[in-house]
Amino acid sequence: MAQHKINYTQDGGLPVALTSIDKIVNWGRSNSLWALTYGLACCGIEMMASGASRFDFDRFGTIFRASPRQADVMIVAGTLTKKHAEFIKRLYDQMTEPRWVISMGSCANTGGMFNTYATVQGVDRIIPVDLYLPGCAPRPETLQYGVMLLQKKIRANHASKAQKAKRLM
Amino acid sequence: MRAYTPKDDVQAKAYYTDRYYVAPQVPKSEVDTDEVFASDLEAIKAKFEVKEAFIQVEQMVVYINAHDIYGVLELMRDELEYTQLSELSAIDWLAKDNTFEIFYQMLSMKKRKRIRIKYFIQNGQAVDSVEKLFRSADWSEREMYDMFGIEANGHPFMKRILMPYDWQGHPLLKTYPLQGDEFASWYEVDKIYGKEAREEIGPEIRDTARVDRYDSQRFARLGFEVPKGTEITGEEERNVDSYQEEEGVFMIKKLNKETSKIVDDPQR
Repeated sequence: MAQHKINYTQDGGLPVALTSIDKIVNWGRSNSLWALTYGLACCGIEMMASGASRFDFDRFGTIFRASPRQADVMIVAGTLTKKHAEFIKRLYDQMTEPRWVISMGSCANTGGMFNTYATVQGVDRIIPVDLYLPGCAPRPETLQYGVMLLQKKIRANHASKAQKAKRLM
Repeated sequence: MRAYTPKDDVQAKAYYTDRYYVAPQVPKSEVDTDEVFASDLEAIKAKFEVKEAFIQVEQMVVYINAHDIYGVLELMRDELEYTQLSELSAIDWLAKDNTFEIFYQMLSMKKRKRIRIKYFIQNGQAVDSVEKLFRSADWSEREMYDMFGIEANGHPFMKRILMPYDWQGHPLLKTYPLQGDEFASWYEVDKIYGKEAREEIGPEIRDTARVDRYDSQRFARLGFEVPKGTEITGEEERNVDSYQEEEGVFMIKKLNKETSKIVDDPQR
């Protein structure tokens, strides 16, 4: 027992891990992606299932928040109608930067089967989208894989520099 | 020359119909065949003018004058026990003779019968609100106004119910295209970013199956992925997917396709 005792102050064995600011900030950001609940239609059910105990989103550090001010990622799950378009823009603006958007399902990606006068043909007409998830509706595994891809994307960015705000235009 | 398309009915139609096809009609029968309906009709006829009445699919259809509607529904509710107004809306006959057909679907829980009251109005004419008689008419009349532009006189809150308040046009008219008119297609862009953003954002892409091989903004060609927005020349390098780091992971040897033996004998 005494054999394995380490004197941190004398043997140069300080319990310090060296890393770059980039890595540690991105580690923090990517592993605590708090999502804004944005269930608009049936994809919202799959999103809820992902958060519940069977699929368990918490193990990714993803916790759903009901306020845009506490959220990092907006998961647009479902059909966006033209009447609702201004509100999604307002909620997106209320999120603090850095912020990301996942467009979940065919309706959010392209309008899907709702090729009508009342449906926005893809949320990317209103807000910049980071990740498109195909499917009608995508399985919870798809959403979780999507969040993992988003984590990968966050880790690939420079965190220390001032992030360029994403603008649609 | 372009083929002529009628402007008064732009709704989607079957692309082929037989020349000699005659749409089957739902058979009608006389009101006398049902005692309950016959006595109800007598009660209505005693006070109001009835233009036409028949039974169709076990429901009585009664055509009346437009100005009698409040009185007829009041009579039916208070004396004939038709206590529910299940539905109320309009049918667009503008292309045929510039009229709307308004229908009121009534239900009697006691008699277990349904009666449909109908009348015609000219385009631009308003109807009398029956909101004072049936609370369900409140939203139904608002919806009728929203979808057809038919106003209801005496309604307490005659505003749109489904579409936004600043919407233009009435979507259930046959002159309204399914994919929306000019106003509808730019609605969200105009409202959020202003008209000057139209060029930046671009028109709606309605073909959801469209795949553009040279569009690196929206699509990625599998195996030939390039950074977003790169111009595609067609001479892209093939990206080989690797699921492991170059030197392998702890305790796991990296797969080398050249040195590894591939078993291709199914009978092995």
